[in-house]
Amino acid sequence: MAEETLAGQVLKLHGLPMSSCTTRVMICLHEKGVEFELVPVDLFTGQHKQPPFLDKNPFGQIPVLEDGDLTIFESRAITQYISEKYKDQGTDLVHPGSLEQCTMVKVWSEVESHQFNPVISPIIYQFFVEPLQGKSPDQAIVDENLEKLRMVLDVYEERLGKTKYLAGDFFSLADLHHMPFLFYFMKTPWSSVVDERAKVKAWWEDISSRDAFKKVAEGMKFGEN
Amino acid sequence: MAVIKVHGIPLSTAAARVIACLNEKGLEFDLIPVDMGSGEHKKEPFLSLSPFGQVPAFEDGDLKLFESRAITKYIAQEYGDKGTPLLASGKEMAIVSVWMEVEAHQYDPVAMKLAWELALKPHFGMQVDDAVVAENEEKLGKVLDIYEARLSVSKYLGGDVFTLADLHHLPTLSYLMNTQAKKLFEPRPKVSAWVADIFSRPAWRKFLELRDQK
Repeated sequence: MAEETLAGQVLKLHGLPMSSCTTRVMICLHEKGVEFELVPVDLFTGQHKQPPFLDKNPFGQIPVLEDGDLTIFESRAITQYISEKYKDQGTDLVHPGSLEQCTMVKVWSEVESHQFNPVISPIIYQFFVEPLQGKSPDQAIVDENLEKLRMVLDVYEERLGKTKYLAGDFFSLADLHHMPFLFYFMKTPWSSVVDERAKVKAWWEDISSRDAFKKVAEGMKFGEN
Repeated sequence: MAVIKVHGIPLSTAAARVIACLNEKGLEFDLIPVDMGSGEHKKEPFLSLSPFGQVPAFEDGDLKLFESRAITKYIAQEYGDKGTPLLASGKEMAIVSVWMEVEAHQYDPVAMKLAWELALKPHFGMQVDDAVVAENEEKLGKVLDIYEARLSVSKYLGGDVFTLADLHHLPTLSYLMNTQAKKLFEPRPKVSAWVADIFSRPAWRKFLELRDQK
């Protein structure tokens, strides 16, 4: 039976439909079939850097999840919370029933946080965010991080030669956490870094064809009209 | 020969993180040195245990893991009834999770850059980059302001008790407090008290004895 939200209220997710960290959470909510309300945060007027938003996330970043009187931030803590709380409905994203499987989800979630995220996010920032501030992408930063990304994805290529998804033969949070930045990366001139790696490419095509992702991707129009 | 093996060296903050966790749980383990100077961690057979070529690698029987924060979470879960409970449940676990992510994404990238410049580069006889130090001291100050506010309403980062959310900070804090970066902590009394408290834990002191032997 689907668990009731605390105080019978719908979950509130404070964020924006094109934000990579907000979409990380929204994909998870859709995979679990959990209803929520997206409450927009006006980044342009600095709403996220002032109270009352700062009371919800002192680091002044989106997203924030409110579940009754529980307020949490950091997208990967939010996805973990949702995956645990709603473990009996929707896609099983963390496999709590198997010690080995849930541990592999943790390992490859850490890989996303510490190996993948630090090298892909500067590329996305240079290509999508700098132009919004009237600047050109810094090619030196892009090139440095593309080189690191190639090395990371070489490890993924080998891993995905052994298992269908990163944590094992099942889709999990470890794969899901990659999706927002990978989606944007495939729109840059450097998408060949993925296309040149057959297993990585097949994995991306598979996970990006999931219904939950497609629903969220509709809103991911960064810098497009 | 213990069932649990940690492949790494005490100098490594990531290996230290795992050893501190094992000590909190009172678990026996073998520390198997990795000759990083000769690049042992970038070759087989180490790469089969840790494919990104980083220490530590971890074995518990047949289970082979890497990424220190996945290893600590595994240890805390699998040995939940031993030693210090390092996690929580329900809503409290959600808050512990938040502050574990804060350590990983807000604190560690900045703290590691500073620890590298101020503690490790001098150890290896390398030139310190003052611009990197200045930039990251400023960033760390802002993070510590948020920690000061948090620790004014909560005894530990994740709540009323010591958890992995605090433990994960120990190795970098230990380096920073022995460098000029300690000046960032002095004007922040709640953070200073928290640092002193977690440094005094027997499990951490046991790790420091190990590190100082080597």
